[in-house]
Amino acid sequence: MNPWIVSNIWLVPAVPFAASLSILFLRNSRRTGAAALAIIGQVVSLALSILAFLLTLQTPGYRAFHNFTWFTFGEHAVRIGWVLDPLAAAMLLMITLVGLCIFIFSIGYMAEDKSFTRFFAYLSFFSAAMLGVVIANSLLLLFVCWELVGLASYLLIGFWIDKPSAAAAAKKAFITTRIGDLGFFLGILWLYGGSGTLLFYDDGRGCLENAGLLALSASATFVALLIFFGSVGKSGQFPLHVWLPDAMEGPTPVSALIHAATMVAAGVFLVARVYPLFSLGAINGVTPSLTVVVWIGVITGLMAAFIALAQSDMKRILAYSTVSQLGLMMVSLGVGGVAAGIMHLLAHGFFKALLFLGSGSVIHGCHHEQDIRKMGGLRRLMPVTFVTYAVGMMTLSGVPLFFSGAWTKEEILHVTAHWPGSHVPHYLMMAGVVLTALYMTRQMIYVFFGNRRVASEQAHESPSVMTRPLIVLAFCTIILSVVLTPAWPWLHDYLSGATPQFDFARLIQPMLFVSFALVAAGIGLGLLMYRNVGSQDRHRTADTDPLEQAQPALFRFLENKMWLDELYAHTVIAFSAFAARVSDWMDRYVWDGFVRGVGRVGQLFGIFTANVDERGINAGVDESVTGTRGLGRLMSMAHSGQVQTYLGAIAIGMLALLLFYAWLA
Amino acid sequence: MTLSILLVVSAALFCIGLLAALSRRHAIFILIGIEMMLAAANLNFIAFWRFGPQPQQPTGVMVAIFAIAIAAAEAAVGLALVIAVYRHYRTTNVDELDQLKG
Repeated sequence: MNPWIVSNIWLVPAVPFAASLSILFLRNSRRTGAAALAIIGQVVSLALSILAFLLTLQTPGYRAFHNFTWFTFGEHAVRIGWVLDPLAAAMLLMITLVGLCIFIFSIGYMAEDKSFTRFFAYLSFFSAAMLGVVIANSLLLLFVCWELVGLASYLLIGFWIDKPSAAAAAKKAFITTRIGDLGFFLGILWLYGGSGTLLFYDDGRGCLENAGLLALSASATFVALLIFFGSVGKSGQFPLHVWLPDAMEGPTPVSALIHAATMVAAGVFLVARVYPLFSLGAINGVTPSLTVVVWIGVITGLMAAFIALAQSDMKRILAYSTVSQLGLMMVSLGVGGVAAGIMHLLAHGFFKALLFLGSGSVIHGCHHEQDIRKMGGLRRLMPVTFVTYAVGMMTLSGVPLFFSGAWTKEEILHVTAHWPGSHVPHYLMMAGVVLTALYMTRQMIYVFFGNRRVASEQAHESPSVMTRPLIVLAFCTIILSVVLTPAWPWLHDYLSGATPQFDFARLIQPMLFVSFALVAAGIGLGLLMYRNVGSQDRHRTADTDPLEQAQPALFRFLENKMWLDELYAHTVIAFSAFAARVSDWMDRYVWDGFVRGVGRVGQLFGIFTANVDERGINAGVDESVTGTRGLGRLMSMAHSGQVQTYLGAIAIGMLALLLFYAWLA
Repeated sequence: MTLSILLVVSAALFCIGLLAALSRRHAIFILIGIEMMLAAANLNFIAFWRFGPQPQQPTGVMVAIFAIAIAAAEAAVGLALVIAVYRHYRTTNVDELDQLKG
């Protein structure tokens, strides 16, 4: 029989959800209560996740599920359930831990906000929805939670609803991801039509197990691509990545939650979860659907890295870096490195939360200034933030040996190198690594080094409620690398169900030097390019960007995000606006005209019947009335009141009778 | 003296009475006309009795006497009405008494 935690793993999302609901019922002034409820919910979730995680440690490749019938209609029973396997357990642990740090950080960051309680209600709800996605053993349940994640992101991105840009960003995020979800939903329908079940694992009958895959056979490619379309929307892959940078309009903890632990992770997680659909019928590890995943990932990864190079908003740089890293994960999944991709996802969850919270701390310290050109010299003013941010930056850049991101990136480069499809992704991803190091170096120099500029004059270090989560996350980021090294690839084997073995010899391998060289190149190039930025005048914003001086056209192209927003505005949005206008015109004139015509016909008929009534029927009635009246008048004339007339009439009557009898005789 | 002569006289009397009742405007003359028609009827009773199959029994005379008695009563009522009408309308011209006109 299943252990207790497997059949009750639903408690992990249910507890934050309950916390969210109870916070919503709190009064606005109960700030401490709201924060305490949210954090207690998260702590309970974390404890349950640890319990689940410990269970999965017992046997390699542990997998347990608990299915039940949700409802039946006709002969069909809709069954849902939850699953516990290394993938889910690792994700649960990451989400609850990172989420907890973000929650605690939010207490400091949102301290002066008037909707403090609402914020924590939404945060808990977001976390609950994402945990639901992770434990779902049914594509239907996953989709429900997936949409809840979308709703929560909408609520949080548009948290400052009185800001028009935030409202627009929330709408953009919601609609863009919805486009992807349409594909996802079609994929679900196709999958259900093909295999007759939406359960992932069901003792051999699930859609990811032999029976289900056999039923799908050839259509699996299309199903996988449609599901991938949902991932493209959620994980901000090209061409649906446009919402992700705009999502920076939300409060910074939200950005951290969206970009690290939850929303964007959902897309990558989904691909990993339904991976058997992608890899069905693979020849030498290559299928059409996986090839699409690889190339979308490559395009996204490189494009976003380039754009990040020319942004000046601190959070936008991180946003594009997230898009780029997600592209990298997709590439990894596509070339067959599922474990590597998920490892990077987990590591990314920690270090990107660290970076976002660090940027939140900087923004908080600089009185909500987000432009890196107005910062500078924050190294001495915000030492804790600086050190933790530097850890995050080096992890993201992939500085080897001590930082988790380096090992996972190296692993991804390793699997891409062995992809039989093509070697181009491998080289492009190496270029991506250089670019990542470059733009992170640029950001560090602008924000923390050199002279102080406008916004950093009055800057101060953040309170300990904000710096402690940073320290915890930085610590996690470094400690995580212990289980990632090739010498003891514990996490890799845990995810792929093998037994890890310690072998120190594997620690040093050629790819390590290659990635070391790439990172060194990136950071070196960054130091070279931006060496003069720090010495610029202290009372102004920084002068033009070195890249802008060298290549103005290229810089503007990147600064404007490759004009993709404009392209969409002039194609898709213009088309839908045109369609809306056509529909409006059709509605206003064609359909309305038709309706009005019908009304006019009715009106005419009414006039006609009115005339018939007036002229025909009324006249007839009038005529008969006149006749009756005339007759009455005629009759009343006999009633003259003249007694002699009556007498005369009697006489004439008598005479007539007399004559009648005379005639009879 | 034959039945025919008597009937002619009676018819003439009736016609004169009728003419009077129809043509005169004064209510009393109308009453007189009516009396004359009653007299004509009485004359007929007497004539048919005298020349009838049983002239011995006084049946015709009986009827005539009854009729005269009734006529007397009727005349009394009629004259009383005329007086009442005259008192009310200050006229006895029947042409002006048309209150029953419909």
